[in-house]
Amino acid sequence: MKQPMIITGTLGMDAHIIGTKIISRALKEAGFRVTALGAYTPPEEFIKAAQETAAAAILMSSLYGMAELDLEGFDAKRQEAGLGGVLLYIGGNLVVGRADFEGVERKFKELGFDRVYPPEADIDAAIEDLKRDLKARGKL
Amino acid sequence: MSDIRLLIDFGSTFTKVVAADLDAVEIAAVARVPSTVDSDITIGLGKALKEIARRTGIGNLEEKEALACSSAAGGLRMICTGFVPELTSQAGSIAALGAGARVIGGYSYKLNRREIAEIEAAAPDILLLCGGTDGGDEKVIVHNAGLLAATGPAVTNIIVAGNKAAHDAIRAVFAGTAKNVIYTGNVMPEIGVLDAAPCKREIRELFMRNIVRAKGIARAREIIKDVIMPTPAAVLEAAKLISGGHGDDSGFGELIVIDVGGATTDVHSIARGTPARADTIMAGLPEPYEKRTVEGDLGLRYNLDRLLELTGGRPTPPGFNEAVAAFQKGRLPRTAVEYACHRLLTSLTVAAAVERHAGRLEVVYGPAGERLIQHGKDLTGVGAVIGTGGPLVFARKPREILEGARAQEENPFILKPRDPAFYIDAPYILFAVGLLAQAAPDKALRLARKYLKPI
Repeated sequence: MKQPMIITGTLGMDAHIIGTKIISRALKEAGFRVTALGAYTPPEEFIKAAQETAAAAILMSSLYGMAELDLEGFDAKRQEAGLGGVLLYIGGNLVVGRADFEGVERKFKELGFDRVYPPEADIDAAIEDLKRDLKARGKL
Repeated sequence: MSDIRLLIDFGSTFTKVVAADLDAVEIAAVARVPSTVDSDITIGLGKALKEIARRTGIGNLEEKEALACSSAAGGLRMICTGFVPELTSQAGSIAALGAGARVIGGYSYKLNRREIAEIEAAAPDILLLCGGTDGGDEKVIVHNAGLLAATGPAVTNIIVAGNKAAHDAIRAVFAGTAKNVIYTGNVMPEIGVLDAAPCKREIRELFMRNIVRAKGIARAREIIKDVIMPTPAAVLEAAKLISGGHGDDSGFGELIVIDVGGATTDVHSIARGTPARADTIMAGLPEPYEKRTVEGDLGLRYNLDRLLELTGGRPTPPGFNEAVAAFQKGRLPRTAVEYACHRLLTSLTVAAAVERHAGRLEVVYGPAGERLIQHGKDLTGVGAVIGTGGPLVFARKPREILEGARAQEENPFILKPRDPAFYIDAPYILFAVGLLAQAAPDKALRLARKYLKPI
């Protein structure tokens, strides 16, 4: 079986590390290789790590509501770096206040994300999504 | 009969020989003669040995055990190629510098034909081929291997220190070529993990086996056994020993060695460099505990133009321009005015070189308020600064010059040492301590203790 490399980390100026740690651990248990970048990861670092490791997907976490600010220009940079084919997921408390999730999802998909998850999303379900998406791309 | 060891440095300008008496643990004699690498390296060495014999009264010097290092014939010239600049390219360059090389070029991503032409024109002694974490990207390193395989004899020695999963593909690419290809561990096996040691070993091994022969340095084998490392590596070995100690002597602790030369200035730090404050975030690759940087634009003979830029706006001593013009022609300071000018230029060199070597803090503002981000090593707590190299060793007031290594209150974001003790390598023997460090570390350390002068 192929063991795709997945990049994880908490985005931008966000210090919250528990979510991304749980995700990293669950991914390893599910048989993936993981490069865990931890908290305070600038968006460019996700790109560099994905290039060097030939990663199949990037899973970003963000809890502090400022993800959109941190991601300014990210999609363009990712395309420029030749990572258009790398799956991009994000999850957490993505906007400040109680916005309806459908709006949030639409907004982040416009930013280039393949999947968007609310704060209380189930990690196992997300990993199943990931496996399906990777299979569809012939990477699993 | 005392146990005399000969410790030799084949420099580009001078050949230095230190005769160390290991029984008395002292320097019996030091000789310095012009290097003769271009004609026959043994001529200069022979002269230096005669000088030592005259001073010590010891005859059969040729039979003494000798260890040598060399920076002659341009030093160990290396080019590093990697994938992402801040990741494998930088890791490769850190490994090369740590092995005592002069990094004359660095490349990232897939090489193109123009870059290959540049590399061939530069004719490096060793090309370090990196790229991809283990199990990561293979495309870039295999592509680069393909272009390098087609180069002429200007690129012969290649060390592969990239993605191990690409080794078989790279072997296939180099099969049938005249390249001497050596495979070693990945300098960056995982993101954020630097593993320079296996690569450094291969660089030194290759230097000892092949490079010294190609440079005509191996002729010295008629007199001595081997040239075991590039001179900067010997200085780094000395720094490690003096910092870490040996046996009952726990050493100087964390330290910095500044080696000012005619063309370049080396800074070595033996220090962890982790943040002083717990809430500081580290950015970038992890820093090596033993770190060497080389400033190719800071030197007291060949880079005076650059130093003049650094004086910009500062008051200069009277007669400054005339003195600098004389230095440019190769004159060494003799008059009081010349010493003052030389001192100013050397202190600017020290300040700039340590500033670039040391880490820095960046303040960023986020939702949680102010945050400190540290790039590079925090050297504020380093306890000792040791100066070596001609412009420092022969200066009249080395302490004034070395003060440039100290942190400045007006610039708290540059993480230079706050309150170090200063030492000068007065007899110019640091390389000898490093050479001796492998064979007799206890005596090497005692020599350093004896001859490094607190200033």
